[in-house]
Amino acid sequence: MDLKVDETALLHSLRQRDELAFTQLVEQYHASLVRLARLFVHEETVAEELSQETWIAVLHGLDGFEGRSSLKTWIFTILTNKAKTRSLRENRSLVFSDFEDDHFDSPTVAPQRFKDASAGASANHWAVEPASWAGIPEEIILSGETLHLIRQTIAGLPEQQRAVITLRDIEEFSAQEICNILGISETNQRVLLHRARARVREALEDYLQAEH
Amino acid sequence: MDHVITCKELVELVTDYLEGTLSGETRAQMERHVAGCDGCTKYLEQMRRTIQLTGNVREEDLSAAQREDLLRLFRDWKKG
Repeated sequence: MDLKVDETALLHSLRQRDELAFTQLVEQYHASLVRLARLFVHEETVAEELSQETWIAVLHGLDGFEGRSSLKTWIFTILTNKAKTRSLRENRSLVFSDFEDDHFDSPTVAPQRFKDASAGASANHWAVEPASWAGIPEEIILSGETLHLIRQTIAGLPEQQRAVITLRDIEEFSAQEICNILGISETNQRVLLHRARARVREALEDYLQAEH
Repeated sequence: MDHVITCKELVELVTDYLEGTLSGETRAQMERHVAGCDGCTKYLEQMRRTIQLTGNVREEDLSAAQREDLLRLFRDWKKG
């Protein structure tokens, strides 16, 4: 509720050509726009350019914006459309409907972690349980190295997974908003998110085990 | 007769669980399993922590050059 009210006020100020309102908006979203653009295009400078073009489109579209989506979703959708067009031109298409390169049925946790059929009733239960991270000092868990590892792991994910985990867990869009932005179904969104999160968890598990 | 979820099945349901998209019945089965399973309790904890830590990756600060560029865009637009 509060968010909606804030957004209405912000929109009003923007339409009044209020520079402070614009500054607030770019402080909030510009870095995220560049990060999202980087999912579609290789070069940082192109990502920056696309984000700037997005702001120009936002400013020119303000008076016609009807508020059917949130301001945030509207802005990010403009960016996504521009980035998709650009990546097609660059011949580097991120095709969200094509899942061929991904093994959607393969397990996200190594099968060796579970007991096999010879274990009888306890087959498919943990053979090697995950460790608790509760005893690991916060300064290790929250360290720059841990963040770096997460960034690196996400950077190494297949593109669709990278897009979804970035939007969901870093930018904190709702699942529905992500489907709108990327043009994918809710089921695909969730499967991609599941696989991406599992990979990050696995990387953290390896790293924290070694550190501990 | 309730299907008993194995740990191997449970780990593949975790995202649906955390995103709140499981059916009531599956959700209840899963919660029963987790309540009696140390390994899955820890797995779920690790996954929650993973999501939380991923959220920390967000960097916000704009460079002076970026801010300047954007304000120039704004002023050009304002001039019409």
